[in-house]
Amino acid sequence: MHIGIKGLAAVSIAFWALPATAEQNIEAGAEAFRKCSACHMVGEDAANRSGPVLNGILGRPLAARQDYPYYSDAMQRAAAGGLVWDIEHLELFIENPKSLISGTTMMFGGISDPEERGHLIAFLGQFSDGMADIPEVLPARDPVVSPEILAIEGDPAYGEYLSGECVICHQLDGSNDGIPAIVGWLPEDFVIALHAYKSGYRTNEVMVMTAQGLSDEEIAALAAYFETLGETFE
Amino acid sequence: MKLDRRGFIGAGVATAATLSAPMVLAGGHKPNVVVIGGGAGGATAARYIAKDSEGAINVTLIEPTRTYYTCFFSNLYIGGFRDFASIGHTYGTLAAEYDINVVHDWAIGVDRDAKTVTLAGGAMVPYDALIISPGIDFVEGAVPGWSVETQNAMPHAYKAGSQTQLLKAQIESMPQGGTFAMVAPPNPFRCPPGPYERVSMVASLLQGSNPTAKILIVDPKEKFSKQSLFEEAWSKHYSGMIERVGPDFGGANVEVRPDAMEVVIDGEVEKVDVCNVIPAQKAGLIAEIAGVTEGNWAPVTAQEMRSKIDENIYVLGDASQQGDMPKSGFSANSQAKVCAMAVRAALTGSAAFPARFSNTCWSLLAADDGVKVGAQYEATPEKIARTSGFISNTGEDDALRAQTYQESVGWYEGITTDMFG
Ligand SMILES: Cc1cc2nc3c(=O)[nH]c(=O)nc-3n(C[C@H](O)[C@H](O)[C@H](O)COP(=O)(O)OP(=O)(O)OC[C@H]3O[C@@H](n4cnc5c(N)ncnc54)[C@H](O)[C@@H]3O)c2cc1C
Repeated sequence: MHIGIKGLAAVSIAFWALPATAEQNIEAGAEAFRKCSACHMVGEDAANRSGPVLNGILGRPLAARQDYPYYSDAMQRAAAGGLVWDIEHLELFIENPKSLISGTTMMFGGISDPEERGHLIAFLGQFSDGMADIPEVLPARDPVVSPEILAIEGDPAYGEYLSGECVICHQLDGSNDGIPAIVGWLPEDFVIALHAYKSGYRTNEVMVMTAQGLSDEEIAALAAYFETLGETFE
Repeated sequence: MKLDRRGFIGAGVATAATLSAPMVLAGGHKPNVVVIGGGAGGATAARYIAKDSEGAINVTLIEPTRTYYTCFFSNLYIGGFRDFASIGHTYGTLAAEYDINVVHDWAIGVDRDAKTVTLAGGAMVPYDALIISPGIDFVEGAVPGWSVETQNAMPHAYKAGSQTQLLKAQIESMPQGGTFAMVAPPNPFRCPPGPYERVSMVASLLQGSNPTAKILIVDPKEKFSKQSLFEEAWSKHYSGMIERVGPDFGGANVEVRPDAMEVVIDGEVEKVDVCNVIPAQKAGLIAEIAGVTEGNWAPVTAQEMRSKIDENIYVLGDASQQGDMPKSGFSANSQAKVCAMAVRAALTGSAAFPARFSNTCWSLLAADDGVKVGAQYEATPEKIARTSGFISNTGEDDALRAQTYQESVGWYEGITTDMFG
């Protein structure tokens, strides 16, 4: 198939030098990109839409496009924490945006098929330097949260006690200044966020330390408690 | 492993609950918890006990001041990054919304046999459990020439309030090119990075109004908290302004002369314009009066913050000797929650969970340049023991430092809400 995006000419030399599988990956990725294209453009004439242009995304720090004014607070916080859209973090974000950026305003359910994520990254890689570093098959990794961990039923009473450690910084009225709000989340998002800190995908030192001090059961307990606190909304 | 620990602790608490239950029943009264000191430890403990016991426990909070000024962020007030009113907090919400009996008075005596607290106003307040969180007092004679009687000539500003305002006013009226001296305390003391954050804030203030002024730190310690971060910031932001005399050059051998505004370092007399003396510290006097101190501090169990000397008394925060946690507001707040849970469990048989402690201390180095250090702790039979931690790195970029500062502002709102409702 042909990729209906301008700007391919600029990268065509590299493109033709690629082995056949890489070429197929890119084509499949172009197909996958349709899921993104309602909000994002990529290529020579690309312009910001409700989401930023994705040219140069690979290897770029988060929230770095000066001409895009709508990055969420959450995205900007993660950016100040030093996160970069390397393959690992981009792949994680595509799988489930909230595992990396809890308060992201990107309304996207994620792509659960690892192969499809690989294709999409291969496709985006053409519009970034460093595409040569994209492996044909992304390295396998454990899920941020396994289904077993997600299925743990937390004890809200224990969670309430544990929350003492959260509310010294995070306020229950949902205030978002300096320290992000953590009320009104789906329990699953809560669990995923803490596990993303625990495994070091997210970088805030206080949160990494706190999450690493929590067992899977304790994280479930916190999610169960915070769920009782207020309207959960998507 | 965690679950085992929890099971074990659950069993221990069940015993405590059984022991105390007959007392509650026999007395036929609602148990009384009295908290001395409405600061980071005391206000938090009072609020959590009142909130979580839902009326099953009477909570009395004894605190002399009507407005509590936080030491945390008091350095930012000195630096001009906060106004004074923004670090003041009152007890209205604790009284009105949590039904805490707030008594503005000094506790002057504790009768451990009768289990009563005597107030300066003459009242006697009975308790079933007593929580003492009085913060610090200064060791007499720690800095020769200095005493609390001379604290207005050479302020400590290490209990926030009028002392903090006085120190800032003195700095602002320093002559051009004058000298600000700080006599730093020996370990252990409240807020290990506190004196050095203060130096940063004084430098920031002087840089604007009095750029040729000098800052002299006289320090009895070899090393201090976040040292490389502070020193990096001092040469980056305040180059040539700050000098520190460590113990190798007489920093431990210092005397002050408040009348003459002189500091004598290893026999050499320095004339200074402002002198901030932060003497060696000990538990707030009431802990000593209650007889729960050993040496300068009050030893407590790690699991419950219970006094090792009297099982009806708990000691929190700076006054306690608990192990590895630094004396900070964050620590006191963290300890208070563990204590509140243990006290409720002992008096009403409510569920008890494993003790958990953590601490993070943010410091501001200059405008939008914040750093942090933090650790987690666990309760061992001997002490509260550090398990893991982190510290900001030197050379971090501006965006991260600005964000760390923003984080500290969020934390301040969080902890003060957690203390005062
Ligand atoms: C300059 C400075 C900066 C700091 N910065 C930070 C920071 O950034 N982060 C941080 O976590 N910590 C910080 N701290 C440390 C923090 O302020 C203390 O560790 C914390 O306040 C300790 O809590 P506490 O409950 O033990 O004592 P306090 O908060 O001091 O509370 C004690 C209370 O007891 C009352 N009291 C005393 N005696 C009696 C009595 N006999 N009867 C009744 N009431 C009594 C006092 O009036 C006081 O209100 C800083 C300290 C200083 C000095």
